[in-house]
Amino acid sequence: MTEYSAPPATVGELRCLVLAGGLSYERDVSLRSGARVLDALRAAGVEAEPADADVTLLPTLKADPPDAVFIALHGSTGEDGSLRGVLDLCGVPYVGCDARSSRLAWDKPSAKAVLSESGIPTPDWVALPHDRFSELGAVAVLERIVDRLGLPLMVKPAQGGSGLGAAVVSEASELPAAMVGCFAYHQTALVERYVEGVDVAVSVLDLGEGPFALPPVEIVPSNGVYDYAARYTAGLTTWHTPARLSPEVTAHVVKTALAAHNALGLRDLSRVDLIVTPDGDCTVLEVNVAPGMTETSLLPMAIQAGGLDLGEVLATLVHRATQR
Amino acid sequence: MDSTECRFKTDFTERTIRRLTLRNADRTGVSTALGGIVTETGTTLDDYTDRYAQRISGMTASEIRALFAVANRPEVVSLAGGMPYISALPLDAVGEVIGELVAKSGATALQYGLGQGMPELREQICALMADVGIDASVGASPEDVVVTIGGQQALDLIARLFLDPGDVILAEGPTYVGALGVFQAAQAEVVHVPMDHDGLIPAALETAIAEQRRLGRRVKFLYTIPTYQNPAGVTLSEERREQVLDICERAGLLVIEDDPYGRLGFEGEAPRPLRARRRDGVFYLSTFSKTFAPGLRVGWILAPHAVRDKLVITTEANILCPSNFAQSVVSTYLSTMPWRQQLKTYQQIYAERRDTMLSALADLMPEGTTWTRPAGGLFVWATLPEGLDSKAMVPRAIAARVAYVPGTGFYADGTGRQHLRLNFSFPSPERIREGVRRLAGVVEEELALRAVFAGAGPLDGAYGPQRPGAHAPGPDLA
Repeated sequence: MTEYSAPPATVGELRCLVLAGGLSYERDVSLRSGARVLDALRAAGVEAEPADADVTLLPTLKADPPDAVFIALHGSTGEDGSLRGVLDLCGVPYVGCDARSSRLAWDKPSAKAVLSESGIPTPDWVALPHDRFSELGAVAVLERIVDRLGLPLMVKPAQGGSGLGAAVVSEASELPAAMVGCFAYHQTALVERYVEGVDVAVSVLDLGEGPFALPPVEIVPSNGVYDYAARYTAGLTTWHTPARLSPEVTAHVVKTALAAHNALGLRDLSRVDLIVTPDGDCTVLEVNVAPGMTETSLLPMAIQAGGLDLGEVLATLVHRATQR
Repeated sequence: MDSTECRFKTDFTERTIRRLTLRNADRTGVSTALGGIVTETGTTLDDYTDRYAQRISGMTASEIRALFAVANRPEVVSLAGGMPYISALPLDAVGEVIGELVAKSGATALQYGLGQGMPELREQICALMADVGIDASVGASPEDVVVTIGGQQALDLIARLFLDPGDVILAEGPTYVGALGVFQAAQAEVVHVPMDHDGLIPAALETAIAEQRRLGRRVKFLYTIPTYQNPAGVTLSEERREQVLDICERAGLLVIEDDPYGRLGFEGEAPRPLRARRRDGVFYLSTFSKTFAPGLRVGWILAPHAVRDKLVITTEANILCPSNFAQSVVSTYLSTMPWRQQLKTYQQIYAERRDTMLSALADLMPEGTTWTRPAGGLFVWATLPEGLDSKAMVPRAIAARVAYVPGTGFYADGTGRQHLRLNFSFPSPERIREGVRRLAGVVEEELALRAVFAGAGPLDGAYGPQRPGAHAPGPDLA
């Protein structure tokens, strides 16, 4: 790795396979994350190679096992724990949490239940597979949802990311269309009370001395909705790093994010998405075990805002994985 | 949390302990370090947000476009592409011809060339056009041919020459997505004219012209793909060709005839092109992308000499000259290889694949689905049962490992959601049948879901006009 000026070539003994692509809805995002991770790891002196999660992966892992795997796969393959389980079977260490925690965090209703039981605030919700609507009658079920959770509501697939299939519903009449849109992405919908406030993401890292939070990133989409276009089009969203919060609120948000990371048993890195309400309270929307690493993603932003170097952070995580 | 200090040891043996300070308190310095337009403490991560030309507004990331990212994986049957089946070419022989070309004439083939294109190739192009009736008797001459970087640059040149912001273009609805992109870049507005199984409906064309004139808008031309239309797969009938030309002539409307597929008929000869019927008022665009190889990017425009001069000046300012190498390959291919036989091969392969697709659709699709029966070209245009939305259904299809292009991609005005385009030129017959089987399952699931929510309220939001291409895959998708 002598073509890179820093850091010294002596760490080049570490070999890491960066998994990106996959067959999920977020393949495109994953490929971009993977490219960024590769660059950063190589710049930090790690011998990093890309690989897709396809039929060539296991033969590659067997024939030429890397020191560790970095999972830059978003969507079910990378985040539902199944691939991590397979890597465990192969005896190949990887960056990030184990299969069980990954599955827990990936399934939003399960994660919310754990957070709730741990006393961590998360918006009231109900999760319903589409079968339930046909069995019980859609009109009656939707009525109960609106009666109980009120309006506005947030509808999103119980599993998935990047804002795909998600919609804010401000009138009851918009709910059926939001449900149909959501079920195109996943068979179970999560409907939760929509909480007004500031969107904030807190990235959590553990570089060897326990988890710590990076500066919160505040998200202000120019058209008010942090949808797919707003997430991945530079220029459409303003990100404030650190979030424009008072020191007390920042401390509260960071504490909540760390509590969520710990409650779900996560490891190495995660990103906790929260809403900070006008009264300075906060509530956890979801937790990501394979946070985006693209040019417009929040974790790399937070790493930079924290005065850290993405490559060094990732290289440290890779090295830590090899020690397990 | 004013200032958090975090120490950690990088476990690399060579490294010393690093001291890292998280500058939570240092609000301004942090965000400027990220680059991008800085608003108070924030960044948009794009330094040029306030400097882009107006016409590029709306160039945002598209979730539908992102969903196509999986379609090139072998697990997915892609009916979403528009690729010719290049594997049917005798690649060894083509390779030999190209090798010989470089060895013998490399000094010319690898040099700059004329902006208008190689004279030998322009003559060959005229011979090809003469086959379909565009010959000297209607004023076709190698002097009036301009070679372009595929049909796409031909469209771009037309737009540069003729379109001012706010101009109106009439085009079939649906129409070629790449043309929509070119016209939008020229800040012109596309008004769609409906088709039926015999192509563009003449009465609807007359109405559209009258309506635009009534609104006081400047209609610049009719853009039409009369033969084996992309995406609809229909062909303008013999009778209607004359009617459409008469209507445009009476209205003083220029006709841009785009004919990439005319030689890919499976059921006898297509009706003669519009340009073969009129000396004036029709510009003819075509390409070698479907008859030979799209990778070479060689197309052309036939236009009257006054226009041709301006096309040449414009193309020189735009691209200097088309690739001499690519033109030499096409020219050599036409002069030394059995290209007519190759066309027959393509036609036979596509005919078989079209038949497979049509019979699979008939066997498998749920009731209420209809589709066109193309006599040539690369595409079938399907219409879903009432109430279904092909754009909203894309993620469900991707999950079922089949890809198509939603109809909304082929309209400038956000309509077309009930339709979808299916490609049959690239996938094998087995894959086509499997793809249709999966698609049928997707449609059935969607129908079942909508039945559950029917009566609960409206199930679709309205789509506004979309950036052309936002709902269609890139050219690299098989």
